[in-house]
Amino acid sequence: MTGAIAVSHLGKSYRRYARPWHRLGEWASGGRLVWHEGFWALRDVTFRVVSGESVGIVGLNGAGKSTLLKILTGTTQPTEGEIQIGGRVAALLELGTGFHGDFSGRQNVMIAGQLMGLPVRELAALMPEIEAFAEIGGYIDQPIRTYSTGMAVRLAFSVATASRPDVLILDETLSVGDLYFQHKCVRRIKEFQEAGTTILFVSHDPTAVKTLCQRALLLDGGRLIQDGPPDQVLDYYNALIAKREASWAILQSEAVGGRTTTRSGTFEARITEIDLLDANGRPARAFTVGEHGRIKARVQFTSPVVAPTAGILIRDRVGNDVFGTNSFYVAPIVDTYEAGDEMTVEFDVALNLGAGTYTLTVAVHSDATHLANNYDWWDKVIGFQIVPGPEPLFIGSAWLPVRLRVERHDKMVASGHRQVGERS
Amino acid sequence: MKLGGRLRALWAYRGFVLGMVARDFRGRYLGSALGVVWAVLNPVAQILIYTLVFSQVMRARLPNVHDPLAYSLYLCAGLLTWNYFVEVLLRGQAVFLEQANMLKKVSFPRVTLPSYVFLSATVNFLIIWGLFLALLLLTGHWPGWVLVALVPVLVIQQMLAVGLGLVLGVTNVFFRDVAQAVGVGLQFWFWLTPIVYPLSTVPEAARDLIRWNPVYPLITSYQRIIVEHQWPVWSDLWPVVLVAVAVAVLSDTAFRYLADAMVDEL
Repeated sequence: MTGAIAVSHLGKSYRRYARPWHRLGEWASGGRLVWHEGFWALRDVTFRVVSGESVGIVGLNGAGKSTLLKILTGTTQPTEGEIQIGGRVAALLELGTGFHGDFSGRQNVMIAGQLMGLPVRELAALMPEIEAFAEIGGYIDQPIRTYSTGMAVRLAFSVATASRPDVLILDETLSVGDLYFQHKCVRRIKEFQEAGTTILFVSHDPTAVKTLCQRALLLDGGRLIQDGPPDQVLDYYNALIAKREASWAILQSEAVGGRTTTRSGTFEARITEIDLLDANGRPARAFTVGEHGRIKARVQFTSPVVAPTAGILIRDRVGNDVFGTNSFYVAPIVDTYEAGDEMTVEFDVALNLGAGTYTLTVAVHSDATHLANNYDWWDKVIGFQIVPGPEPLFIGSAWLPVRLRVERHDKMVASGHRQVGERS
Repeated sequence: MKLGGRLRALWAYRGFVLGMVARDFRGRYLGSALGVVWAVLNPVAQILIYTLVFSQVMRARLPNVHDPLAYSLYLCAGLLTWNYFVEVLLRGQAVFLEQANMLKKVSFPRVTLPSYVFLSATVNFLIIWGLFLALLLLTGHWPGWVLVALVPVLVIQQMLAVGLGLVLGVTNVFFRDVAQAVGVGLQFWFWLTPIVYPLSTVPEAARDLIRWNPVYPLITSYQRIIVEHQWPVWSDLWPVVLVAVAVAVLSDTAFRYLADAMVDEL
């Protein structure tokens, strides 16, 4: 259908070669040798856009937005998955592509327009309108290098939007030119919208996405992680940014050695490594409310130990225990370890905690508590932060998923006086 | 995309291709005060230098020809066409890198890019060649009907040059060493082709080597037509046709399989 987009399980993998001649080796072997590393810029992305819908695409740098746009405009081919677009697609990925400074505005319009696939005759017919919209007056016959940046951009936008496409792909191009022209651009895009053009809009600017789009997609790490109304998706996006920033800051300060931890025990078993990871297995120190975290510890035994217990404890900022458990209760370890053996434990925890900072303590001991044999107790080994996610605002250190039902009960009205919708 | 599809796309974008050729032409000639004169001055300087060095200093003479202008004509016949061959090759090799921004940002038939540089080089060659033919007419060296034979020979040359240019252009995107290697290779190729010297002046062993050079029969044909007013030896040209066809098939395959990957590499 004209203007409709269907994307299913779309993926794009870029090849990375350690040495240029590795590619040559692959070619020479006729594909039997594989010397490249695949890097998925986009993976398993599925969505549909109906004709006339306006969809914003948001995500951090490197989330896969540009790759998705390149595939949609057809400049690059997907590695896997399918894509269907109905009708003529116009892309404003970079204004002024195909422009050459030595040639006049008119000549450049002809080239740029033909590059978009418009026939010469149609372009010639559109020329007066292109000139008028760009508002550059007599400069149209001057070389483009004499233009101001704003003039060149106006002309470029004017050509790119000269004829209404079925699908318009925009990439932050709205943030160019002066305020007056920006408004003019937005107006033209809105006209297209009203006339039934499907719009895909990539932006870092939440306000622009909210004003232009009825729906937003959030990409992260090459995957589509949110698809819904702009408000909801953008809130999630903001939380994502806050989380990344916090996580980065904590990891940075850890790297310079800014934490105080205490450690005690008899060390028949010794914790050699502790890490706090996110759901994708990447080291993280900030999580959104309710996100899954993974606590990973590596234990080395220096003496024989029967059925050790590994435990975790999360404390809040002031040192209150918020949550703690151990393997004795969750899934008992019944093995016997000899000196020199190693063990790795991983706790997957849903971090249903309120916003704030917390510390993590990890311990190895025998039996249900550390009171009998405490091998290694590593206090406040890692600090982490919980940031608000898309959930409704709440206070306290625990996040209890909540639902609200409201029933309205009007005060009683005597039935005899109620007007009944009857006509005679 | 199959060859047929590409040709259709090329036809649909003919306006763009011609526009780019026109832009190329203007960029080359209209920006400078002397314009088209520069395009002529370059080969003229080359020919003057070679004439001076080879026919005056080194006393090289064409066998059995006593016309004083003969060596210069011989030189023109080979050098102008060789320059055309090289221009097509080098521009084809560079075009994808030159237009990387366009390739990355806009979806359009990629085949239009090599097409426009080949056309542009051809326009350039036709101007210079036209002037050269006028010179022949003025100096009373007009070869007559044998000139018709230029057409098939030029077609074969263009097929070879376009094919090679395309293969080099595509591979150059992946291995930038290609451009460097081509620069070195062309030096050898030029001197292994009897352009500034007649084949008869080189030792027998070198002649055997030169006979393997696919450009040699082409250049010889031009020299026969222009200097001796003789038809080309058609039987010598057949192997070149085969090479040209093979290169064209190779370039088509390279383009079909690598055009998509090329954009990811730019």
